[in-house]
Amino acid sequence: MELLMNSSVSVLLFGVTRDLTGQSKVSVPLSEEARVADLLSQLNQQYPALAGIRSLLVAVNGEYAETDQILHINDEIALIPPVSGG
Amino acid sequence: MITLTSDPIDVATALHHLQSSQAGAIDFFLGVVRDNTQQRPVDRLEYEAYDRMAISEMQKIADQAQNQWPILRYTIIHRKGILQVGEIAVLIGVATAHRADAFEACRFIIDTIKQTVPIWKKEVFTDGQQWVNAHP
Repeated sequence: MELLMNSSVSVLLFGVTRDLTGQSKVSVPLSEEARVADLLSQLNQQYPALAGIRSLLVAVNGEYAETDQILHINDEIALIPPVSGG
Repeated sequence: MITLTSDPIDVATALHHLQSSQAGAIDFFLGVVRDNTQQRPVDRLEYEAYDRMAISEMQKIADQAQNQWPILRYTIIHRKGILQVGEIAVLIGVATAHRADAFEACRFIIDTIKQTVPIWKKEVFTDGQQWVNAHP
């Protein structure tokens, strides 16, 4: 898979994060070898309202990701606010 | 069987799926839309899911339950979309030879769904709305 080269990734948003940003998908600029933690800090800068959420996890290709996981250009990335199913 | 659906949940169909000649116990858990949250009147719930991951996470939970208990059959059905008071939001059904395993597995499945599956509900009150668990 290709690594990120000063490119951007699109991030799927759900629930409270979709309401706060007004978008179900956002584009986030990231540099090469960006990790999940970099994505989160970039998102927090772009959308300060996200700081009010209790916790935010990231899913990459349908799996919960650790903060040190490296992102790739074709990954399906989603922001996961606190879940409340059931 | 794992299903994420916008259609109403039919308990009779789920029961039919669980029945087998080896099953001495069938346990159901039904999560139902309540008309209030801490005395605040609820008009409806709006469920949203990250579909592909919700299904794969529910499958992981079912696999783990099957490793832990001798489950003959199971069914997990979760609704999405708009649900009115009294509607079934989630159904967990487990069939085992003996009741203790069915009770335990059923409880494990619903408890874990609430912790890990990317499904979100918004409570719509008569005077406002909020995403459940979203804020500190």
